[in-house]
Amino acid sequence: MSARRLRRRLVSGLMTTLVGVLSFVAVLALAVILGYLVVKGASSLDWNFFVKNPVPAGQAGGGVANAIVGTVIIVGVAALIGLPIGIGTGLYLAEYGSGRFGWIVRFVADVLNGTPSIVVGIFAWTWLVRPMGHFSALAGSVALAVLMVPMIARTTEEMVRLVPHSLREAALALGYPRWRTSLRIVARTALAGILTSCLVGIARIAGETAPLLFTALGNLNFSSSILQPMQTLSLQVFTYGTGPFDEWHRLAWAAALVLMGLVLLLSLTARWALRSRHGAAR
Amino acid sequence: MDDGSPVAPDRPALVGRNAVDRLYRAALTGLALSLPLLLVALLAELVASAWPAITRFGVRFLWTSVWDPVAGVFGAAPMIFGTLASSLLALLFAVPLALGVAIYLTEFSPKWLRQPVAFLVELLAAIPSVVYGLWGIFVLIPFLRGYVVPPLRGVLGWTPFLQGVFYGNSLLAGGVILAIMIVPYIAAVSREVLLAVPSSQREAALGMGATRWEAVWTAVVPYGRAGLIGAVILGLGRALGETMAVTMLIGNRHDIGLSVLQPAYTMAAAVANEFSEATTNLYLSALFEVGLILFVVTVVVNALARLMIWRVARGTAVGSRAL
Repeated sequence: MSARRLRRRLVSGLMTTLVGVLSFVAVLALAVILGYLVVKGASSLDWNFFVKNPVPAGQAGGGVANAIVGTVIIVGVAALIGLPIGIGTGLYLAEYGSGRFGWIVRFVADVLNGTPSIVVGIFAWTWLVRPMGHFSALAGSVALAVLMVPMIARTTEEMVRLVPHSLREAALALGYPRWRTSLRIVARTALAGILTSCLVGIARIAGETAPLLFTALGNLNFSSSILQPMQTLSLQVFTYGTGPFDEWHRLAWAAALVLMGLVLLLSLTARWALRSRHGAAR
Repeated sequence: MDDGSPVAPDRPALVGRNAVDRLYRAALTGLALSLPLLLVALLAELVASAWPAITRFGVRFLWTSVWDPVAGVFGAAPMIFGTLASSLLALLFAVPLALGVAIYLTEFSPKWLRQPVAFLVELLAAIPSVVYGLWGIFVLIPFLRGYVVPPLRGVLGWTPFLQGVFYGNSLLAGGVILAIMIVPYIAAVSREVLLAVPSSQREAALGMGATRWEAVWTAVVPYGRAGLIGAVILGLGRALGETMAVTMLIGNRHDIGLSVLQPAYTMAAAVANEFSEATTNLYLSALFEVGLILFVVTVVVNALARLMIWRVARGTAVGSRAL
């Protein structure tokens, strides 16, 4: 074997090892982050955490029940607003979106998908907080819905497009009008896919913090009125994590673990649903 | 525009025959119209709210660095610098890592390992920004302080990039956390780009006697170059607008400096920190202008990335799952 050939094989082997090591490093980063979250978070979790409201700064005990309820309410309202618009837009793109308008909507959706969430936050502030004169959970929900719609639209479109065209043709040939074909045959066939895209969308907004800073604001007390400021887990992690008290740091880790668990549960369910539907194609 | 969709072109016989059909189509169109309207409203609202600052400071806003709410003088240069610096630093770490992952997974890894590793790397994208921030404060910064900065100083301490006392919150901490956050995006899109490269490219190179690495580096990667650059730009777009983790780690100081060990500021962090304490209209307006600049920059960067990716994988929704 010539020296030149040996060198080429050596380089090949080295680089192969290098990219393998880099992949390992990326997975290691995930393991370290999740590991710390579980260790630090689990040791801070107790029953009080789930059922009590925050106590004054510096005192021990207390929990974040208000933030847990707030997260569910704010994300729920955001989903109520965002899902119908997102799914409808996705259906439009898949069914009628081959023209110029479809192209524009698709492009705008991609642009909005890349918009920093903090910008959406100040947008929601100008729309709802400024006219109403005070912060509100509703403004937070609207901000999250704005973040959600473009993503749901694009993923729904992809899912609906997977429906074989022959199904559509069969329904039309049987005399179904187009709207019934679209809703009863196409959307129904793609239902699992559409639900998956909804779960992914909800998972993404559940952990958002920046758009809530000037809309939902956060709240030290329990509140279930969507017209008043409301606490969420993500805001709680931010306030407590950057605060000065050890007790706060403990609660921040616990809140982060619960938030992460919630987001993981949603995204893993979505992934599992997608996989069981499309086999190993992905 | 034909984008390879399975939807057949509308035929007169199938469209508009039925009143409910027209209604259905109109309803869906109305919902779809909400997105362009939203974009227009967003832009209009930002411009209107930023207008007092725009007329007052003009383009000077972009390169002056005095930020004095009391005197009512605002210049965004430190934030623009900090945004660019932290994002570029992030790319410096993230690009080799993400491309390594993508190349390994498409070209070298055993088949059974592909799905699990791709899944785990993409899971990094599911972690909320604020959780990254928390982890950064309590794990990353102590780690940097204890094990990274001292040896780094020992070797490269003479460069202007490592001057000053390292307290923790710094450009370096912000850049590293951003790097971890954008790796999944760059890796996922790069992987799809590499998968879209025809296998004849690989076979041709191997057939001419190239080693496996040479085949990848001389035949596969150059073929997908535009798409890979697109993936990197997409990661850049993410890094530019990232808010919470950076706000918690970068130190939030209105300064321009070359040292990565010193605190800095980003546009997103400035809005996050100062928006609720903006007492005067001009102050608020200046923050809106910062938001507007951030918005415009990310739109341009994202559009550019998408065009690059489309060049390689035209018509397929490459990367849309990762976004």
